[in-house]
Order: sequence, then C-alpha cells, then structure tokens
Amino acid sequence: MSDASDVTKAAVVTPVRVVIAICLIAPFVAMLWVGSYAKTDPVFIGIPFFYWYQMLWVLISTALTVTAYQLWERDQRARKARSTTGGAQR
Amino acid sequence: MKDGVNGVALGVFVFFFLAVTVMGFLAARWRKADNEHSLDEWGLGGRSFGTWVTWFLLGGDLYTAYTFVAVPAAIYAAGAAGFFAVPYTILVYPLIFTFLPRLWSVSHKHGYVTTSDFVRGRFGSKGLSFAVALTGILATMPYIALQLVGIQAVLDVMGVGGSDGTNWFVKDLPLLIAFGVLAAYTYSSGLRAPALIAFVKDGLIYLVIAVAIIYIPIKLGGFDDIFAKAGHAFAQTNPATGKPRGTLAPAEPAQWTYATLALGSALALFMYPHSITATLSSKSRDVIRRNTTILPLYSLMLGLLALLGFMAIAAGVKVTNGQLAIPQLFENMFPDWFAGVAFAAIGIGALVPAAIMSIAAANLFTRNIYRDFIKPDATPKQEAQVSKLVSLLVKVGALVFVLTMDKTVAINFQLLGGIWILQTFPSLVGGLFTRWFHRWALLAGWAVGMVYGTVAAYGVASPTQKHFGGSAKEIPGIGEIGYIGLTAFVMNVVVTVVLTFALKALKAPEGVDETSPEDYTADAGDPDVQVELPPAVAGSAH
Repeated sequence: MSDASDVTKAAVVTPVRVVIAICLIAPFVAMLWVGSYAKTDPVFIGIPFFYWYQMLWVLISTALTVTAYQLWERDQRARKARSTTGGAQR
Repeated sequence: MKDGVNGVALGVFVFFFLAVTVMGFLAARWRKADNEHSLDEWGLGGRSFGTWVTWFLLGGDLYTAYTFVAVPAAIYAAGAAGFFAVPYTILVYPLIFTFLPRLWSVSHKHGYVTTSDFVRGRFGSKGLSFAVALTGILATMPYIALQLVGIQAVLDVMGVGGSDGTNWFVKDLPLLIAFGVLAAYTYSSGLRAPALIAFVKDGLIYLVIAVAIIYIPIKLGGFDDIFAKAGHAFAQTNPATGKPRGTLAPAEPAQWTYATLALGSALALFMYPHSITATLSSKSRDVIRRNTTILPLYSLMLGLLALLGFMAIAAGVKVTNGQLAIPQLFENMFPDWFAGVAFAAIGIGALVPAAIMSIAAANLFTRNIYRDFIKPDATPKQEAQVSKLVSLLVKVGALVFVLTMDKTVAINFQLLGGIWILQTFPSLVGGLFTRWFHRWALLAGWAVGMVYGTVAAYGVASPTQKHFGGSAKEIPGIGEIGYIGLTAFVMNVVVTVVLTFALKALKAPEGVDETSPEDYTADAGDPDVQVELPPAVAGSAH
C-alpha cells in the first residue's frame, strides 16, 4: 500500500496539469462567447468570419487536445517512474 | 424535382448497398473469438477494437445520415443558427477526454456493458439504474426512426417510393428491404457489422464532401457569390413569421440560444447509449484518449457539410421539406453516377448508426431490465440471445413509427430525447468522479429534469407547429432564450445537490459502492483488468 499512498501524496495540482486544464477549457471559453465572433467581416475566400472562424477553432481545439494528451502521457509516465523507483529504494 | 426514377443514380446506390450487405454478413467472421455467444462478443465486438476501428466506428455512429441531412437543412432554412453543430462537436472532445477513459477503466474492471451497469454498481441502486436505462432506450428509439427518415429522403429524390399516387406497399418497399437487410446482419454479426461497414460509409462521405466542397462552388461562381445570394435570400421576409428568414451571423438575442444549444448538445452526446457502446468496444484506455485527438476531423467535415446549406440556396434549390434540400442539391449539381455515390453515402450513413443504436438499446434492456428485474440468473448466452431479439424488436418499432406516423413526430421525439438523455449526466459523469451525490437525490434530480424538459418542450410553438416547435425557450430567472435541455440539466443538478445535503443530514442509506478508486484509472495490461477481483484481493496486490 505504501506505493499507492506515495502517489496520492505527490502534489495534485502541478504546473503541467494547469496547462492541461487550460488546453481543455480554452475551447469552451472561445466557443461559448458567441458575441466575440458573431459578425460577417473579415471575409476569407468569400466565407463570412462567423463560419471560417469556428472551423478554424476545430483545428485549434484539436491542437490543444493533442497537447493535453501528450502532456498527460508524460505526466503519467513521470509519476509511474517516480512511484516505482521510490518503492525500490524502500 | 426531376420526374421519374433516376436510373443511373439508383444503380450506383444499389451496388454500394449490396456491397455493404455482403460485408455485414461476413463481419461475423472478422476477429472472431472462441466465446462468441456472449454479450461482450455480440454487443461490444469482444471489446477488441483499436484506435482506427474505434475512430471509424465512433464517426460512423455519431455523424448519422440524419446529421448529414438535418444540419445543412437547418442552415438552408435559417442560416447561422443551424451552424451550432460545429461548436457543439468542438466542445465534445475536450469534454470526453476528461471522463470517458474513467468509464472505460471501471467498465473493463467490472464487466459493465452499459452506463446503467455502472450506475447500479457505483450507487447500489437498481431504481437509479432503471431510470438511466429507460431514458437511454426512450432517447434512442426516435433516433433510429430518424435514420429511416434519412434513407427515405434519399429514396424520394431518386424517384423511388416517393410519389403519393402509388399504393403504400410499393411506396415503402425499398425502405422495408433496406431495413430487413440491416436487421438480418445486425442479428447475425452484432457490433462487428457496423464497425466494418463504417469504413465504407466514412470513405464515401469524405469523398462526397471533398468533391462537393470544390466542385459545387466552382459551378456556382465561388463562395462570394454563394454567400451574397444566401444573404439576399435570408433578408427576404418569411410570410409565416413576418420576420426575415434568417441571418449570416446570429444577432445579439440569438447568441444565448446558440451557445446553450452547443453546450447542452455537447454534454448530451456521450450520454447516448450508442456512443458508449462504441467507446466500450475499444481495447484500451489509450485508444479513447487518442481518439479524442483525431475525431475532430469529423467536425471539420461537418462544418463543410453545413456550408452545403448555403450552396443549396445559391443553386436555387426550392423544396418545401428542408430535409430534401441536400439530396436535391446533389441531384441537380452532380452527374447522375456521382449523385448515386452521394446517395449511397447518406443511405449507408443511416445503416451504421441504426445498427449500433439498436444494439445499444438492446444491451440496456437485457442488462438493466431483463437481468435486473426479470431473470437475475441469466447466463451470458441467454443475455446475448435476448439482446439479439430485442435489437430486432427495437428496429421493427422504429419502422412502424416511421411508416404509420408523421415524420414530425419522430423529429419531435428526437428533440425530446436529447433533453431527456442529458438528465442522466449527473448520475453518470458525477458518479465517475465522486461518490458524494446521494442515489435518491440523483433520482429526484433526474425526475425534475425530465418533467421540466418535457413540459417546456411541449409548450414551444412555431409558425408551423403548436407544440414541440423548437428546443429553445426563455430561461426562468435569466430571461434569455436558451436550450431547454440545458435549463433542465441545471435544475436537475440543483435538486440533486440540495437533496444530497438533506439526505446526508438524515443519514439515509447510501447503498453499496462495488467500485474502488483505482478501478477508474486501470488500463489494459494491468494484471487485474477484465478479471473481477474482490476489492480485498485487488488492494493486497500492492
């Protein structure tokens, strides 16, 4: 059980996790604030702003989710490594 | 509309339809396991799907024929307001990134097949699990019916079964054949059939969208012309309402509606049983997280698809039934053979989700009604058998629904289904993160949300309908027009929280939680995953 309690003792809120949270929350702020993009100008290849901006956000939010995914993977690996080496030293 | 049957388009359509039918039956042999007569095998494809299969399966499942017809149809009818589907699908992925892996882990650990299985295990409450199962089945049935409406729209435009003059049997025969075939291979192959067919479906859809988004604007003189014409059309006064038909960007009052619809729909999407079925069929926790990073490709496609609504206006497509706008656009713009490909894409796009939805509804019935209340000692083989039969019944029910009732009934129920399914969010997602909520409080919150949502939706009038005229209504206390489902959800959460405090103060029995914290992070390859171990043994493994 000592390993498990080591894991829970490690800080829950870390800078990396804050970044992950921001990556995941940003699309909500951007998309739910409809007033920020409810206009037709500037037009891009004939498409009004309202439409191309939201489609651009598909790409941005994808990039953010990919970032969150990779940071999370790294975070989990680091944690696992820490808890196993910690256990071995004991 | 052109008169008569479009022979070339019909020929291409039939060719693709036959091809996927053969695939559907052969799918039973794909990755076949030794233990084929169990619900895990039939209903979850043996929980064996990797990243790409899951991607196709989820995409095939969430982006249905109805989506392809309805999203551009909404744009065609009213402009900007219909585009909320794009922010909605953007928000889905960061959301599920946080909770679906936990659901996957706990479900693998305890052999859960449905969300209700999890709710029963977590809260020790058959009543709450029954409520979740019932909501899931009720919300899924009209959704299946709408897939039929999607196929009907395509058949109508091709000139088969559309006209009112022919007798009902000839008129509905193509639809009956399509559904008979679907029912047969779902019965024999289970989830493997839609998983395999999804490859064809998505391949065709991507091809059609890519061609449409390049070819049609060239024919129509570019996006400048398309939007100029659409803007002009929207500025015309609609005789039914006395207001302009629509706008190119939502005006101030419509922005609340837009945002709440996007958020509410995003929260609801993964409460639907068919999305969960596709998720649980993946083979590892990582497959799900990785999928949240590649699934947005479908959102991009959806955005492009939505633009077709403007093209339909610019191309001068005039239909009284908005559902026919896009099929008609394809018929007018594409050469016959490619129109056939496009119709096949929509038609097959209806078959994949219809199959998964009927499997998901059947799983809910089998696990959470049949096994919990009728036959507690059912063997895995019996469970699979019951599920197969129920999946047939569900489809027949949907067929009867579409053939006997007006199409608007199916659409009304689907609208209600979205509001209803969102009310299971606190039990499911709440339960995945905390055991703080009280099971009776969750049940009361669910009931309040269901009742408010239904009554509120019933009271929405539109120029063409007295009831169920839309999904947005004034939010009590705020005064803005917002999505009813989200308002009901907020009420649901408030009731749940208040009653949880009250019930805890009264020391009401909490029920037994059969899960433990580490179950929620377990992954494939962990020693005790997929094998049910008593908590004491799992704990001593450390």
